[in-house]
Amino acid sequence: MSDKVPAAIVGPGNIGTDLLAKLGRTPSIEVTAMVGVVESPGLDRARRAGIAASAEGVDWLLAQDPLPRIVFEATSAKAHVANAPRYEAAGIRAVDLTPAHLGPMVCPAVNMPDHLDAPDVNLITCGGQATIPVVAAVSQVVDVPYAEIVASAASRSAGPGTRANIDEFTQTTARAVEEVGGAARGKAIIILNPVEPPMIMRDTVFCAIPGERYDDATTSAISASVHAMVARVQEYVPGYTLRADPQFDPPRPDWDGNGRVAVFLEVRGAGDFLPEYAGNLDIMTAAAARVGELIAHEMLTTGVAA
Amino acid sequence: MSRPEIRHDVRITDTTLRDGSHAQAHQFTEQQVRDTVRALDRAGVEVIEVSHGDGIGGSSFNYGFSHTDELRLIAAAREEARNARIAVLLVPGIGTVDDLRRAHDAGAEVVRVATHCTEADVSPQHFGVARELGMETVGFLMMAHRTPPEDLAKQARIMVDAGCQCPYVTDSAGALLMHEARARFEALVAEVGDEAWVGYHGHQNLSFGVANSVIAAEVGVKEIDGSLCALGAGSGNSPTEVLAAVFDRLGVSTGLDVMALLDAAEDVVRPYLHRWPKMDRNAIVQGWAGVYSSFLLHAEHAGERYKVPTHEILRRCGELGLVGGQEDMIIDVALELARAREQG
Repeated sequence: MSDKVPAAIVGPGNIGTDLLAKLGRTPSIEVTAMVGVVESPGLDRARRAGIAASAEGVDWLLAQDPLPRIVFEATSAKAHVANAPRYEAAGIRAVDLTPAHLGPMVCPAVNMPDHLDAPDVNLITCGGQATIPVVAAVSQVVDVPYAEIVASAASRSAGPGTRANIDEFTQTTARAVEEVGGAARGKAIIILNPVEPPMIMRDTVFCAIPGERYDDATTSAISASVHAMVARVQEYVPGYTLRADPQFDPPRPDWDGNGRVAVFLEVRGAGDFLPEYAGNLDIMTAAAARVGELIAHEMLTTGVAA
Repeated sequence: MSRPEIRHDVRITDTTLRDGSHAQAHQFTEQQVRDTVRALDRAGVEVIEVSHGDGIGGSSFNYGFSHTDELRLIAAAREEARNARIAVLLVPGIGTVDDLRRAHDAGAEVVRVATHCTEADVSPQHFGVARELGMETVGFLMMAHRTPPEDLAKQARIMVDAGCQCPYVTDSAGALLMHEARARFEALVAEVGDEAWVGYHGHQNLSFGVANSVIAAEVGVKEIDGSLCALGAGSGNSPTEVLAAVFDRLGVSTGLDVMALLDAAEDVVRPYLHRWPKMDRNAIVQGWAGVYSSFLLHAEHAGERYKVPTHEILRRCGELGLVGGQEDMIIDVALELARAREQG
């Protein structure tokens, strides 16, 4: 057997192509197939990289021998809903980059160890990947009654799917701020900015801090926790940085007596296939690669892939 | 799809209770809303907008929390209005169709869906639901100075095709000079004028809100926004009472009672103003540098907190090309300016 886990990318668009580059750098995954439903530049790019590529869709993929053990779905929610049962029937683990949300929502820096054996995991949203680690970092120190994230992305980096259903972003991300980030209540905001040259993705995280816990010891602990979490995310997204130290504001009556921490993030992409400014897309492919690597490593160490 | 009947030469929508919410730091009380709606309704205003300044769902750390739940304010407004219809603002990316359904249940009959002037394709989802609910629909193309007239018209087309009955040239920064406003009005009327109305929303940062409204009426714009006492973001909106007086002098019919509006401004709104919106250094910089008007109070707070001049923060926001909704970046900019000062 190979010392790497064979994997396939379904969806040979910009995301799939960028993901291919990132998976090429993982120690435990070997991409063996790229799949689309029509001939496309993405399939040609994969072939030039020496990967078997087909426009015959998942039918072709599931006829391969050996089968991949992991599939990265970079198509659409509708396609993933159709494909997921077939992957599961074939014993293939799915890492879902679409908004299908069939499996648990995962953020590699926060909750991936909990879902290493899930048949299908979902990558939440770009804004979620960028901000939920910070919400989680604050939640590790104090109860967070409310957390709010603001994601600003370059217009060019927001595709037609995101635009047609922008509510999906705000609602899903808000839910993940609660369920994965640990806030009692979450809110998410997304802004598209067309400025040229395109702006690098920016995210801001605001967390309410209970008034009775607001003191120097707490704010120092939160600050340390945020810095540590940023370092964890940097392990798979090198361009994930703090624009400034976390900013603290003391409790206010109009904040229900809560204080606030504000964390300002920049996400510069690695520039593999997607442009550097599209940190929102890069953090999705980087998180997917990380999640895949963690699953593959687990398979190799427990012998499941053999 | 039909457009609503407009019974006068132009129809004035009053946004004291929405754009004015920015200037009041979103602290409107139910009593203020009731009093203002009653006065506007009595003066013949047909559409009254009531929401958080950043639209339904806007209550947040980023934009400021509402003093009173906006659904309560909408319901109160609906109760007070005998003839006027209640409108709400919805900014996709901030508010959702769920917020819209709740606002509709509370009594809103008109929705104004707002996107940055180049991003109209995030709005069809919301127009679709609005039309299903039987609501009248307006489309705000915000920061309209940021894209040329012909491109703005294409964005208006996207909104109209999605169910918008009246795309607006929305001069969020109060930056449009008269010839620039006219070119945009004409481009939108030419593109969608056969099937939809065209609207104009002005700010007074460079004092052109009323002047541009006059041009708008001349070239066939049918819906025009105003606020009592100019109460709105930046140096405020075109004052409703001034629009009424000017259009009366011009012989442009609006159906408004000028004296009743003057009373409303003077007796109802003025007593509760935190401050009268004015063209001070900060607001003029917003018009001059093309900065989203509602950044004003946030920039003032950040300036105070980080000891940097507010007008410098606003200029930098203009240089960065920030758009509506990026209020979080104001703190980021202030921190950057503070660091630069320290390094001196």
